[in-house]
Amino acid sequence: MQDDKTSAAPAIELIDICKSFGPVRANRDVSLRVEPGTIHGIVGENGAGKSTLMNVLYGHYQADSGEMRVAGQAVILRSSADAIGLGIGMVHQHFMLVSNMTVLENVMLGSEGGPLLRSGKRETLNTLKRLADDYGMEVDADAVIADLPVGIRQRIEIIKAIKGGARILILDEPTGVLTPGEADKLFEVLRALQRNGVTVLLITHKLDEIMAITDAVSVMRHGEIVGHRRTQDTSPAELARLMVGRDVLLSVDRGSANPGEVLLQVSELACTSSRGRQVLSDISFDVRSGEIFGIAGVSGNGQTELLEVIAGMRKFEAGSVALLGETITPGAPKTPAQIRDLRVAHIPEDRHQFGLILSFDAKGNAILGYHQSADYGSGYFLDEDAVATHCNKLMSDHDVRPGNPALAARNFSGGNQQKLVIARETDTDPKILIVGQPTRGVDVGAIEFIHRQLLALRDAGCAILLVSAELDEIIGLSDRIMVMNGGRQMGILDSADAGRDRLGTMMAGIAEAATP
Amino acid sequence: MMSEFAFQFLLTLDATLRVATPLILCAMAGIFSERSGIIDISLEGKLLMGAFVAATVASLSGSVWLGAICAIASCVVLALIHGFACITHRGNQVVSGLAINMLASGLTVTVGIALFRQGGQTPPLGNTERFRPVEWWFVDALDAIPVIGPIYRELISNHNILVYVALVMVPVTALLLYKTRFGLRLRAVGEVPEAVDSAGVSVTWLRYRAVILTGLFCGLAGAYLSTAQGAGFVREMSAGKGYIALAAVIFGNWRPVPVLLACLLFGFLEAASTRLQGIDIPLIGEAPTQLMLALPYIMTVLLLAGFVGKSTPPTAIGEPYQK
Repeated sequence: MQDDKTSAAPAIELIDICKSFGPVRANRDVSLRVEPGTIHGIVGENGAGKSTLMNVLYGHYQADSGEMRVAGQAVILRSSADAIGLGIGMVHQHFMLVSNMTVLENVMLGSEGGPLLRSGKRETLNTLKRLADDYGMEVDADAVIADLPVGIRQRIEIIKAIKGGARILILDEPTGVLTPGEADKLFEVLRALQRNGVTVLLITHKLDEIMAITDAVSVMRHGEIVGHRRTQDTSPAELARLMVGRDVLLSVDRGSANPGEVLLQVSELACTSSRGRQVLSDISFDVRSGEIFGIAGVSGNGQTELLEVIAGMRKFEAGSVALLGETITPGAPKTPAQIRDLRVAHIPEDRHQFGLILSFDAKGNAILGYHQSADYGSGYFLDEDAVATHCNKLMSDHDVRPGNPALAARNFSGGNQQKLVIARETDTDPKILIVGQPTRGVDVGAIEFIHRQLLALRDAGCAILLVSAELDEIIGLSDRIMVMNGGRQMGILDSADAGRDRLGTMMAGIAEAATP
Repeated sequence: MMSEFAFQFLLTLDATLRVATPLILCAMAGIFSERSGIIDISLEGKLLMGAFVAATVASLSGSVWLGAICAIASCVVLALIHGFACITHRGNQVVSGLAINMLASGLTVTVGIALFRQGGQTPPLGNTERFRPVEWWFVDALDAIPVIGPIYRELISNHNILVYVALVMVPVTALLLYKTRFGLRLRAVGEVPEAVDSAGVSVTWLRYRAVILTGLFCGLAGAYLSTAQGAGFVREMSAGKGYIALAAVIFGNWRPVPVLLACLLFGFLEAASTRLQGIDIPLIGEAPTQLMLALPYIMTVLLLAGFVGKSTPPTAIGEPYQK
């Protein structure tokens, strides 16, 4: 038996896979061997080519060159249907579920078992029951997707991937949208699948997940594989070094805070969405100068709306927001420009939609929102030279590369785009900084730089409100942490008392400590 | 008096069916295209082309059925052109639809003049070149029975075959959408094409099948206009019915039965505006002619301005699918 296992052909073998999109070489000579029945991790920064590689393996993209073997057989995949036929299933980072259809319809899609749905429905119900029995993946077949929480939606994606008896399961960043508790449940399911002989490929950029669950790990950087390791023989520090190509501090030493007077005060805030759903209810907190106030929560629990209300981008129904003594109420709103003039800076969650105009050049983006200032021209005209000089200064101060003010914003990497936004917003020496997802889609090296900047601002006396979906980022930077769930605050903790488990419980909607 | 009003009302309902038939066929056509994610403002152009081809072929060949088949074929060709632009080449769906409407408008008149030299019209069609009303059984026997007799004679019997086809196509569309593999995939592809693709189903081929069905239904609607309701083709005879059908699709929330009701409502308003003029309406009295004439348009504007109900279009509508 033992011999059989070691001599068995690898579940997947990729040899010299290359894939380019126009001039971008997403995968270069990638070779990968995945042993059957293992959980194999693939780590790398955003844009390292992990997702591209998996989409090649799933037949969604066709490789430009290279060879692929599944269970020892050379294969050519022309479409996802070919991959499914070979027993490969994939759970995408963005869920591929039709939200106005039922669970049953979504699971059936693509394997309806005949031109009429009737017999297929019965069969699919049996499959759902079998999977619930085997792996504990219970779902309500008649529920409509839109009504289900993210964790259950992901479960449905996994069911879709393995319902036909897939032997290889690819998961692309599966934990990004989950609470820590939901992530643990996912890992239990993956282990159960592994026990049943399924080979799991797990793409992630979270090193602790790799250490916790995988048997082996491959590291990608700039489209190439830069190392294969057995998980038990490696460490997070080594993996981070491989990912970035140099030593990285995984956590920044933040020192102690010196909170001063209250600069931002939110009281009993309530807000409904344009569709009439209550997105914020009874939110109250304050942020002092010289502290970072973090808001933890799974994406979509009201954090986005809270930031928008404070930045003046969203109307609200009740309560008030006091910024540096100026009070904003539903009856006396302020525009984003008026709020900015109070020296409140805003680094929006979605930099592509609200932070930058991607088709404008860097120097145009460097003054957005501040373009009325007398520094950049007078009357109706912009002083192009002054704008360029300003942009050059921002770029050198904040290490934005390439340092070319005439380059369009879309041509910078995610990390450098974010550095440009942060440079613009913090250069004015704000009293209050509202920041959403500061390191989303940013590479590990730039994350360290951005974290240092936020801490430097804090130490200079700025009051910082930080929203992030990355729990580690919240814990690593914040002096106090508020947890949100379903538009409500579940409690405010000092960061010294806030462990992952405790925060995770609160993020799942179980309140504890009363608001101090 | 089985009162003047009641009888006029019955005739109005009868006219409603006749006016609504091309709307129903076109609207079912629109459901297929739009549910698959392809906006189709070229229902109008296809309807016009279908009407022209049906009348022309019927006039030249003497066969109304051959006319209808050729009408369907011509509309499928237009649908494929729309598909080629929007699906294969990911073009703008509104622009492509607009182009087809202009093509149909110009081509029907030009070819019509070249063939018949009657200012773009076809010659009047004879009885064998038209779909004639179908008389049902026992019409005369039932005539003696009050209420049921007239309703049976006027409303149920004595329509041409295409009216019944249109009515049957509603449940057929509903069954196709909700009870078949094709329907499940069609609904999914208009919402999340990525889901269909990752399930190993071709988005392109699925959408092509949807627009082909759209062409098929539009062809029937066109044949109805010129060889059943009318007796020949008149230039621009579609007169915005394709757009009204599209409005009915939106108003009916892309679902067959509500869309049917919307078509009947639009049909009723149009029929009422001509039939109920100068008639005493109980409780209201005689409505001013001008108001009755304006009513369909007022209602259309009100309905489409979204004062009644809220519509949620397929999520991926109008967006070309790119891997």
